[in-house]
Amino acid sequence: MSDEPRSGSDGEDLPAQAKRPAQPEATAAAASEIEKTSEAAAAPDDAGTPDRPSASEPDAPAPTLAIWVRGLTKKFGDKTVVDGLDMQVPRGAIYGFLGPNGSGKTTTIRMMCGLLTPNGGQGECLGFDILKEAQKIKEQVGYMTQKFSLYEDLTIRENLDFMARMYRLRNRKARVDRALEELGLADRQSQLAGKLSGGWKQRLALAACLLHEPKLLLLDEPTAGVDPKARRDFWDEIRRLSKQGVTVLVSTHYMDEAVQCDYIAYIAYGKMLISGPSAAIPDMIGLHTWRVDGPNLQALETELRGTEGIEQVARFGAVLHVSSTNEARLRQVAEDHMAKSVGHWTEKKAELEEAFIYLMTGATDNFSNGVKGVAA
Amino acid sequence: MISISPARFFAVLIKEFIQMKRDRITFGMMIGLPIAQLLLFGYAINSDPRYLPTLVELNDNGPVVRSVLAGMETSTYFDFKGIVTGVEAGDRALRDGTANFIIVIPPDFEKDIVRGRHPDILLSADASDPTAVGGAVGAMNGIINSAIKQVLSGPLQASAGSAPPFSVTVHRQFNPEARSSTNIVPGLLAIILSMTMTLITAVAIVRESERGTMETLISTPVRPTEVMLGKILPYVLVGYVQIIVFLFFARVLFDVPFDGSVQAFVVGFNLFIIVNLALGFLISTLARNQMQAMQLSVFTILPSILLSGFMFPFAAMPGWAQTIGAAIPATHFLRIVRKIMLKGADLGDIAVDMTSLSLIMAVIAALALLRYRQTLD
Ligand SMILES: Nc1ncnc2c1ncn2[C@@H]1O[C@H](COP(=O)(O)OP(=O)(O)O)[C@@H](O)[C@H]1O
Ligand SMILES: [Mg+2]
Repeated sequence: MSDEPRSGSDGEDLPAQAKRPAQPEATAAAASEIEKTSEAAAAPDDAGTPDRPSASEPDAPAPTLAIWVRGLTKKFGDKTVVDGLDMQVPRGAIYGFLGPNGSGKTTTIRMMCGLLTPNGGQGECLGFDILKEAQKIKEQVGYMTQKFSLYEDLTIRENLDFMARMYRLRNRKARVDRALEELGLADRQSQLAGKLSGGWKQRLALAACLLHEPKLLLLDEPTAGVDPKARRDFWDEIRRLSKQGVTVLVSTHYMDEAVQCDYIAYIAYGKMLISGPSAAIPDMIGLHTWRVDGPNLQALETELRGTEGIEQVARFGAVLHVSSTNEARLRQVAEDHMAKSVGHWTEKKAELEEAFIYLMTGATDNFSNGVKGVAA
Repeated sequence: MISISPARFFAVLIKEFIQMKRDRITFGMMIGLPIAQLLLFGYAINSDPRYLPTLVELNDNGPVVRSVLAGMETSTYFDFKGIVTGVEAGDRALRDGTANFIIVIPPDFEKDIVRGRHPDILLSADASDPTAVGGAVGAMNGIINSAIKQVLSGPLQASAGSAPPFSVTVHRQFNPEARSSTNIVPGLLAIILSMTMTLITAVAIVRESERGTMETLISTPVRPTEVMLGKILPYVLVGYVQIIVFLFFARVLFDVPFDGSVQAFVVGFNLFIIVNLALGFLISTLARNQMQAMQLSVFTILPSILLSGFMFPFAAMPGWAQTIGAAIPATHFLRIVRKIMLKGADLGDIAVDMTSLSLIMAVIAALALLRYRQTLD
């Protein structure tokens, strides 16, 4: 499990530098504040709560939700892996599911499609009870597992054919043919699936879970370990499906993927720390950003990273994005520098990019149960 | 669980066949194992040894004595090493292992036969390894009978009456189930089927969760029964192949008879195969990886070998061992095979054993379905 590529090591997608506050207390405080905000937005029956975030799709009545869960909890032994999780996924949305390794994303997704039985909580997936109607959910959901889990000793065609039979599809042969055609694997159909490269395996897995034309796609880190070109193609496909009305829940470590999502949820230690429409996420965190350009950015960057109250310095090409949740302190730092004519400073709205870096770089892997600091 | 989709069941079945076809090693093992075991048990573990050293205490001589000794020699069970004089010398030879048998021809043997006194030849056997001498002792009756026939056609025609003119007394601890390869080979079928069927099913199912493919499999609408049936059926066919291979070699190499009803045999082995596959399925729900599945399967095979009556006569086992033995599927199938192959039994004769097997089957299948998870918990 721990061999999943972390976003931090993926130079292509992350800006060159990113910085987090040193004191964990600050994070904890920010996190619990965030949690309160998201809780208000979470409960499905509390439509009408006044202080909910803008673009309030998630609060619409149930039929517009593809998934809602409340208080979802899963324990393995005495270890609580998912802890009272609330989540709402609007129909037709691309919903990004973020969180460090071991934070419980896979476990949550498995509970949503009936592969794991929750220890507590309730919820619906496509209008079916996740506790009692797993069978009906499975008919209409396409689930792409984190680890390739088709049969490596079956050929590409045999795998697709097997899946088509599992869903009792009519015109099976034609549909498999078409899938092979669309995949561009028609001429390699009798190759063993185990011999495919990572990118091709991922495309095959997606094709396999799309065969029965599901209304909801659950994609668990679908692009981990896949090259950038294949990732872009993959996301073109996701957006195409979304346009056709398919709801997509996708867990990811990549910023370039997160920014394509309509909604974002971030969990750590099995708890939902923040969730909402992508555009509202920076506000929910309370993140403020200044843009800096000018000569000698490298030195400035080093200096700012050592400056108290500056929580994050991210480099995007020839500019720095300097962020903090402490607006006044950030402004003071900016004014100090402007007074000394160091760099060209402009206040900007914090975007999802900054928010993503803020969330992801502060997170350490969540495999140990002892460190509850972030979520507490 | 209630409604089974034939389409999904077939899908699992076809997939399983393809995987079996591609897994050459396992496939080879399934066919090779019965042959290897048959050879091992049939030849190497020889419970019917020949050319056992024999001494003669010759207190009389004549045509009948010569005929008996010649018959013993040609049977190849006995290998005459020489003459002893006196009971003590004979006992010593048995004790120190110089001889496995002492044959004592009493004084006035030939004369007593003519007088109609029915003299007794004494065959003392080293019973410390009862199985070693069992075959030879078993063959003794036939040897005596043919010796009598030979002699009677000659000078002693007059004394041909109802009772035989002389007899042989065997001094030894008799092993109630006289053993020979004809006996051990049919029993071996029960052991081979238990071993391979259980192991292969358990491993095939555990492989699914070990490789992670179980996650995709159960994220589809497939039902447990469809998975169970689809996975078990291909191995039933493997069992058939094993039986055919086995019967062929048993016949060719060991000349094992098949006296009973073929129909009864077919019914019997089908049930037995299914019991073992269900057991394999049950094991797969307990094991976390293929290694554990293998170990658990081997663990179940030990009692099958030791307590089923394959290794030791069932009737001679202590009560507690018989109780355990009665719960082992191989025990009942062993009886079925021996009854059919050696004793010419038909369906009626194996009804008791079939009932016991069915009971065991019901319990195992119920446990397996109870344990099988449709989730990854
Ligand atoms: N079947 C299981 N048994 C025990 N612990 C598990 C099991 N599955 C996951 N876990 C643990 O639960 C935690 C969350 O795992 P997971 O849901 O896979 O996280 P993520 O997908 O966010 O990386 C991890 O600490 C993991 O070790
Ligand atoms: Mg995961």
